[in-house]
Amino acid sequence: MYEFMKKNKALAALGGLSLVAVVAAPVMAQRDPAYQAARASGKIGEKPDGYLGYVTAPSPAIKALVEDLNIKRKAAYTRKAQETNSTVEQFAFTSGCNLIMRTVPGEKYQTPTGTWNTRDAGNPVRDSRCP
Amino acid sequence: MNSPFSDGKATMFYKTSRLTDRAYNAIRRNMRSLTTGLILSGAMGLTACVQVSAPDKPIVINLNINIKQEVVYRLDGDAKDLINEEADIF
Repeated sequence: MYEFMKKNKALAALGGLSLVAVVAAPVMAQRDPAYQAARASGKIGEKPDGYLGYVTAPSPAIKALVEDLNIKRKAAYTRKAQETNSTVEQFAFTSGCNLIMRTVPGEKYQTPTGTWNTRDAGNPVRDSRCP
Repeated sequence: MNSPFSDGKATMFYKTSRLTDRAYNAIRRNMRSLTTGLILSGAMGLTACVQVSAPDKPIVINLNINIKQEVVYRLDGDAKDLINEEADIF
């Protein structure tokens, strides 16, 4: 009986842990709904330098949103650049290559010449140095 | 007799150049072309100096392109990891 309870407790603890992981993971990974909406509507887009840019003149809310995200991105790039012995610009640029590739059809991205393109089913126009 | 121009050949040459205008002018012409040549070669020397400083420009351009393809390839895996780890800001 004691053995069974011990086993059960362990199972319960495990179950509890996995439940926390399942609940916590999507919260961490999800984009802010306002950010997601701004992306989908094409008001903002991904730039080749690894940061977000305004496709059209931004509202104060969108401006605040993009500035906040770009600051967080720069912090993340800076941390990773130190880990990988590279410069912030190099790491941000490499991330930009990936972020433009990960845009979904309908979202905007900036080409190396500076024009804003809408992502379609094909490959995006990226810098020749992108892998 | 103690002048360096007083030995046989030099005296002859001096006298000839003084006596015949043609020889005198010929020397002057030669000297002028020699001087022109010297100035020209000096100018060419200056041009060479300018050419030495010319490679400064491409070096400046190279500094602007500080992201090389090999670096991008090296960092690609880490960039993908970061985008997956912090998906809320990307």
